[in-house]
Amino acid sequence: MIVVLNKESIPIDKEQDVVLFRNRVKEYTIKIGMGVVNQTKLITAASELVRNILKYAGKGTVLIEIISSGRQNGIRLVFSDKGPGISDVPLAMKDGFSTGKSLGLGLPGARRLVNEFDIKSTVGKGTTVTILKWKNG
Amino acid sequence: MDKIPILRFGHFLLVTIQVDLYDRLALNLESDLIQMVSKTQARGVLIDISALSIVDSFMGRIIGNIAGMSKIMDAQTVVVGMQPAVAITLIELGLELKGVYTALNVEKGMSLLQSKISLPDEDLDNIE
Amino acid sequence: MDLFKALSKKRSRLLELWMQYQLADISLREDLMENEELRAQSEELLDAFLKAVTDKNVENVDDPTYEPIIEILSGISISRARQGYSPKETGNYVFSLRDAILQVWQAEFSNDLAVLFAATLKLNKLFDNLGIITFETFIKGREEVILRQTDEISEISTPVIRVWDNILALPIIGTLDSSRTQIVMENLLQQIVDTGSSIAILDISGVPAVDSLVAQHLLKTVAATRLMGAECIISGIRPEIAQTVVHLGIDLSNIITKATLASALKQAYNMLQLEVRKVQK
Ligand SMILES: Nc1ncnc2c1ncn2[C@@H]1O[C@H](COP(=O)(O)OP(=O)(O)OP(=O)(O)O)[C@@H](O)[C@H]1O
Ligand SMILES: [Mg+2]
Repeated sequence: MIVVLNKESIPIDKEQDVVLFRNRVKEYTIKIGMGVVNQTKLITAASELVRNILKYAGKGTVLIEIISSGRQNGIRLVFSDKGPGISDVPLAMKDGFSTGKSLGLGLPGARRLVNEFDIKSTVGKGTTVTILKWKNG
Repeated sequence: MDKIPILRFGHFLLVTIQVDLYDRLALNLESDLIQMVSKTQARGVLIDISALSIVDSFMGRIIGNIAGMSKIMDAQTVVVGMQPAVAITLIELGLELKGVYTALNVEKGMSLLQSKISLPDEDLDNIE
Repeated sequence: MDLFKALSKKRSRLLELWMQYQLADISLREDLMENEELRAQSEELLDAFLKAVTDKNVENVDDPTYEPIIEILSGISISRARQGYSPKETGNYVFSLRDAILQVWQAEFSNDLAVLFAATLKLNKLFDNLGIITFETFIKGREEVILRQTDEISEISTPVIRVWDNILALPIIGTLDSSRTQIVMENLLQQIVDTGSSIAILDISGVPAVDSLVAQHLLKTVAATRLMGAECIISGIRPEIAQTVVHLGIDLSNIITKATLASALKQAYNMLQLEVRKVQK
């Protein structure tokens, strides 16, 4: 069973928010004593997803949660926007797929960097990506 | 801070990235650096990222762009001082920084550049 | 009448009896703890006990008034687990306090057997609960010891050796799974930074089998090393491993591989433009 110990919601609407948001996530990782490598993986994944919000939806919010399950602690981030949505999610999850003339690494790369990854998207309604990284994951 | 200082050492340029960059600042760096390469006829560019704790695909692309553009202008780029956690993360992310040389520190980066570039002898003396 | 409250007046007698019981336990190890220390510890717990327990809350260990007792008890049993006490020794420590209390009660209240009996039942129930808490934390303490040892083992089994200026060697012995590879990789990369070494040799002659997952881990390690600006040579490739690698269709062509650590070292010298020569006499 997963228990939420702490949560905070952060609005994202301009590029300066990226670095501020990353620092906030870092504070949380330090709070639960996550090691440097896992910290870096989580923050990098978070950075990719928050950039997608800015690039494709313009604005959105991120929910940061400290969670606990059994003896494990971890951090869960929920990125949501009310942007255009993604018509073909499996395609968007493929390495190298990009509608933004970019590398197409953000989504698939973020998935590789975390322990759990979930994406839900409806065209015209928006996109929600949830990632979870365990302290020792 | 709205500009990242670019230092000149003989035929090389050195940029030390001290903070996590805002996107605009990173894009500025890209164009400033390319201007400098052209103005100074530099043959090599060293980008010291030892103080960077996060390199995402955006930052990776900027570094790749700098390397690509420099190459067209006959200069080689070396990224130096990448932290272990950043290296592990970039590999997992899938970003290999192709076409970019890497070195452990500025000193090693300098000698790598020197070995990659054939400089006339007198010029080499000037660098020391 | 509250028999539990009445105990406060008998503090010194209780402590004396309890110490006697503890010391009578032949398995008590002088090597593990000084008597003085044992006394101080017992006094602390006894005081917390006398302060908290009354006839009203004796049946409810979850009551906040029990927090100090539980805290002290947990601390004691965790530290005992770490010091290598047996569960029996730790259990005796707690249960002998009950025996001391019973003895004091019997001396004081033997004229009112009904009250004594009721209180004894409650006391037993209470100590059952305290016993459970003791063992739970004792086991937790043991688990921590085991976890720490596991960490130590995986660190010991991946030593990074500085074989020469600028050259590191990392002999890997045993199976490489994902978590171990992560430790190996982090260890290696950190050592590369710390020593400023530009070449790392990963020797896998002690790895029993290389499947595609292990190969992938190795490839990642090499790639990360290169991103940092160092070069990685893989040595100790036995014929069986070469066979499986090719059969599995794993592409190692971008990696410098060598059959033995010696030939990897030679290659490393080469790359650093070093030469090993016999001295001319
Ligand atoms: N929040 C979002 N809203 C709408 N579309 C999105 C969103 N996130 C991703 N996408 C779509 O999924 C595609 C793949 O995203 P991904 O992050 O993997 O690559 P990218 O952003 O194009 O490139 P990179 O992240 O490597 O710079 C995007 O090109 C875009 O079409
Ligand atoms: Mg993206």
